[in-house]
Amino acid sequence: MPLFMLKGAHVPHRKNTAQMAAVRMPAPKSVTIPVSMHIGAPAVPAVKVGDHVDVGDVIATAGGFVSASVHASVSGTVKKIDTILVSSGNNVNAITIESDGEMKVSEAVKPPKLETFEDFINAVKDCGLVGLGGAGFPTAVKLKIDDLSRIKAVVINGAECEPYITSDTRTMLDEADWLKEGFALLEKFLKVKNIIIGIEKNKPECIAKMNELAAADPCLTVKPLPSVYPQGGEKVLIYHTTGAVVPEGKLPLDAGAVVLNCTTLAVLAKYCKTGMPLVEKCVTVDGSAVKNPQNVIVPIGTSIQDLIDFCGGFKEEPGKVLYGGPMMGIAVPNTECPIIKNTNAIIALNAKDSQPKKQTACIRCGSCVDHCPLHLNPVALSKAFRDGDCEELKKLKVNLCMECGCCAFVCPTGQPLVQRNKLSKAMLRNYKPEEGKK
Amino acid sequence: MSKLTVTSSPHIYTSRTTRSIMLDVLIALLPASVASVIIFGISSLFVIVTCVAAAMLSEFLFNLICKKEQTVGDLSSAVTGLLLALNLPATIPLWQAAIGAVFAIIVVKCLFGGIGQNFANPAITARIFLLLSFSGTMTAAVFPQNADIVSGATPLGVIGGQEGTMPTYLDLFLGNCGGALGETCALALLIGGIYLVVRRVITWQTPVVFIATVFLFSLVLGQDPVAEILSGGLFIGAIFMATDYATTPNTAWGKVIFGLGCGIITVLIRVYGSYPEGVSFSILLMNILTPYIERWTRTKPFGGAKA
Repeated sequence: MPLFMLKGAHVPHRKNTAQMAAVRMPAPKSVTIPVSMHIGAPAVPAVKVGDHVDVGDVIATAGGFVSASVHASVSGTVKKIDTILVSSGNNVNAITIESDGEMKVSEAVKPPKLETFEDFINAVKDCGLVGLGGAGFPTAVKLKIDDLSRIKAVVINGAECEPYITSDTRTMLDEADWLKEGFALLEKFLKVKNIIIGIEKNKPECIAKMNELAAADPCLTVKPLPSVYPQGGEKVLIYHTTGAVVPEGKLPLDAGAVVLNCTTLAVLAKYCKTGMPLVEKCVTVDGSAVKNPQNVIVPIGTSIQDLIDFCGGFKEEPGKVLYGGPMMGIAVPNTECPIIKNTNAIIALNAKDSQPKKQTACIRCGSCVDHCPLHLNPVALSKAFRDGDCEELKKLKVNLCMECGCCAFVCPTGQPLVQRNKLSKAMLRNYKPEEGKK
Repeated sequence: MSKLTVTSSPHIYTSRTTRSIMLDVLIALLPASVASVIIFGISSLFVIVTCVAAAMLSEFLFNLICKKEQTVGDLSSAVTGLLLALNLPATIPLWQAAIGAVFAIIVVKCLFGGIGQNFANPAITARIFLLLSFSGTMTAAVFPQNADIVSGATPLGVIGGQEGTMPTYLDLFLGNCGGALGETCALALLIGGIYLVVRRVITWQTPVVFIATVFLFSLVLGQDPVAEILSGGLFIGAIFMATDYATTPNTAWGKVIFGLGCGIITVLIRVYGSYPEGVSFSILLMNILTPYIERWTRTKPFGGAKA
């Protein structure tokens, strides 16, 4: 158990859509599916223009060890394979499928053979599963653990600490049966006796639902977490659920923990039962510019515009559209960007809410220092960044910053603290200490 | 569709600004300001208005002449002016008070780069500057307008051996005794301090440790600890000056060390120094140590490997 609680920021919750069960949107006219929706090597297209595909067909295969395969999310014809600009600023290959509107499920979709640990890992791989909490790390790579005795606990992330987002809430409420199957899979194949699901206290219904499951499953514990952002940050979650500290530069497994997002687990359980890979995603659509905020089950590759149109369109001109929540979400350059595997929300803000805070001189109030969950010193980091002092940046451990945004959120003077830390990390990547100087 | 804004995360922010923080400090100083007018009469108001106006005007003109962005709207110069006024005796000639305010803003703050960049507390430094420049008017013992005591010295002067009557604890707590405008009424200052802690503008560490250190250290040195903490500028210094953002440490333990250092120096000056009061000097001395204290007390990154 943790000795103390890590700090954080009291961000507004704005979980307006928490009571809305997800609705499935009809197949869009076409989908554009990038081959890189995960950390690691892009997948390699396995179809060519003109091919017919059905829902669940592999359209790109994993391009390396750390990679994930990609499946067709609609039935129809491959129209083009071309590069598109994604929110990371990179151009990646994407496969555009024109939908025939039938959503015909492929014959290849059938439950996988599940006897050995090997089978299990292959199933995770064939599902095309990546971390759906936002990071997009290929799940098969995470779970391919040589020595299963190293796992002290599997931590299921149901914290959902970002404002607005309720897609994990809906998973816990609407797909509890799938989660139950998922827990059984983990117990069987990872041989774990200890599964802890961490949920922020602002979701009492989810806590109650999971407690029902825990009553029937001795391996499962529900850990209610304070509603202080960022409970869902991996290191924060591990510490608050198990008390273990992930050391710098090490993996959660080095602290005895494997962390899975609750939606990731539900998708995995579904695949193991039905063989349907990751082709659709529950996405929270909300924000001041959206007409009908709601949770929508969307085929992967659907454009943001099609999704917004399904939600009644914009009620005001949007100033900013985000992949994900307002604390760590990525602002997109246009609404043609597709929904990808790890998109859990589309937040569209009106012009007024899109205004960045006016930056004034730092008054050294120390709020950023008081609120950093990882005990970093953003004001000192900022100074080191502006001085270009790489040694100081290393000493202050800018590499540990998870870019959660607490410091910039609480700053009364609107300092771009997260952006400076991102740039500092980039600066350190190119930094070569002078010869003989340590 | 018009172009979408693309910025780095986060995309929402606290509504707090420098101006709202400074407004909170002004609100917190309101009880002490009102108390000063009640205790010392209308001349207090003139000193307050003079200092605030001179401080704001000098920042405005400095920015204008130096072609810098106008920052007078953040109200920090108003806070400095008000704090300085509350540290001056009610009988000070207004031109001297104005010089103090201009010195605080131009020399101590603006010339070092403006808000957040100064290493010494502007109001404290200006008070010391006035004390050295105009010792006569600055050390004049000024008594409440309705007091029947007219003799001698301030409470700290009396403790230091000067001729005079020592007020009761209650008089000290309510401010019914000699001293600067805003420093005498401990009650009003305490109300302001609690407001600032509740509003999370300041944290409790510095004021509590500062006052507790003075209490304990005076006790050890055989002084009357209650009279020591209620006399002089301790409350206004501990609550409003030793918690200044720019010139004090921003780490929790740094604040404890800062308060401890201030307390020890204050008592040493009061007991062994030639000045009856040591709060201003102690804060100024600790201001100078702030960067070092901050370095020593820097938080250890969570899970960070040893460098």
